[in-house]
Amino acid sequence: MANKFKTPSCIISILKKINISMNNRPRRDRRVVVTGMGAITPVGIELAESWQGMLKGKNGVSYITHFDASSFPCTFAGEVDNFVPGEYLPEKIARKMDRFMQFGLACGNQAIKDSGLEISESNAHRVGAYIGSGIGGVNTIESTTHIFKEKGAARISPFYIPMTITNMISGNLSIAHGLKGPNLSMVTACSTGTHAIGEAGRLIEYGDADVMVAGGAEAPISPTALAGFSAARALSRRNDNPEFASRPWDIGRDGFVMGEGAGVLVLEEYAHAKKRAARIYAELTGFGMSGDAYHMTRPSPGGEGASRCMDNALRNAKIDADKVQYLNAHGTSTPQGDLAETQAIKLSFGDHAKKLVISSNKSMIGHLLGAAGGVEAVMTVMSIYHQLIPPTINLVDPDPACDLDYVPGEARQHKIDVALSNSFGFGGTNGTLVFSKI
Amino acid sequence: MNTIEERVKKVVVEQLGVSEDQVTMEASFVDDLGADSLDTVELVMALEEEFDAEIPDDKAENITKVKDAVNYIKATAPDA
Repeated sequence: MANKFKTPSCIISILKKINISMNNRPRRDRRVVVTGMGAITPVGIELAESWQGMLKGKNGVSYITHFDASSFPCTFAGEVDNFVPGEYLPEKIARKMDRFMQFGLACGNQAIKDSGLEISESNAHRVGAYIGSGIGGVNTIESTTHIFKEKGAARISPFYIPMTITNMISGNLSIAHGLKGPNLSMVTACSTGTHAIGEAGRLIEYGDADVMVAGGAEAPISPTALAGFSAARALSRRNDNPEFASRPWDIGRDGFVMGEGAGVLVLEEYAHAKKRAARIYAELTGFGMSGDAYHMTRPSPGGEGASRCMDNALRNAKIDADKVQYLNAHGTSTPQGDLAETQAIKLSFGDHAKKLVISSNKSMIGHLLGAAGGVEAVMTVMSIYHQLIPPTINLVDPDPACDLDYVPGEARQHKIDVALSNSFGFGGTNGTLVFSKI
Repeated sequence: MNTIEERVKKVVVEQLGVSEDQVTMEASFVDDLGADSLDTVELVMALEEEFDAEIPDDKAENITKVKDAVNYIKATAPDA
């Protein structure tokens, strides 16, 4: 057959070009798998507790206790209870970190411990960190500003800057564990965690590292941040009934609920993980990004930007849309965001959208901003590993325009070979991760 | 009322996260109590706060042991 006619060389060159443009994954010989995880969320201070909490549909949202928020337009959030930094980090070190950094470092410690990876002189330079935060040390910035106004410049702590800047999670983690590989951070608002994990995976694919500890952390429940998100009309105002405030795709949704915590994965090159007989939870098979180029805080109409993001991720993974069973949605409980994501899913998945199982972790823990992508990647991987999907709680009266299968109320056992995790951030920045069963 | 020695000791324990019995008069902040350069800047600030004093940078450089701090405060803040 092949010899019956000779394909003209110009056609071959065009075919090659098409092939190159379709194949933006040049180093498939280095596959990336997940071998460790940590999670600090409003429903649990470590992975197993957070996962079990979500499977039970536990509600982590209640009135704010960090400060008196009673006069704010929004008085509630998803706070992490019972987090005593000294139990996870040396007291002296913890004292020099903002809360977001304590979460990030404690969660990174959990993930590394979970992976069983021993860091030694021989492998340290091949192990890196890539943990981001959307906002950084806003609590410390606020309290230091008060000190500055009351007592002047001479009373500003020498630790003010290292306590607040976002890349210090990766910095401190590398110092604590001797991680001498790439040391990076990501700031892309609410898609921070997703982008950090995706980019970290590419560093492994590209050969810059064999192991990357990647994710996001956030502690945004401060007076000015709460006031700022409220002023942007982003937050729910269901002050009489906060536990029902985070209700993605429900007709009564009126904004997101702030949450705090961290989610971190240990990503590892497949052969490296096999060689040390590591437990492999799942494979990171794809990553996609896009920009809306539309508005500072609103999603692009019809979910156009989000859809391109998912398309890019699937193309990168070389997986057809109809092979995906589960989507861990951004699902923030904002009127426009939930609708746009639903429209985006329909654009990307066509008829398969109706068969896709979709859920929102945020219905239980609120929106952890820069940590959301980290926590949700962890939970997506747990869903693949256990073939179980946590529910979307508070979805009692579905919006007729949001008519897909969002796993309302109760966890569901489901066959998952491939799952996506979406994150979208202010500035119109989008990220999608693809994880596959291994 | 606590003595200057006791108050210095308390500040050092809080700032450096060490136990009280480690904070002897001869103890060096860097060599014995695990402080780094930023820790010592913060420690001097905490001492200034405790004794409502001002310790200029050139004097602070010479405060390397617990006894240096006690002696400096005794010499410069007689009311403390």
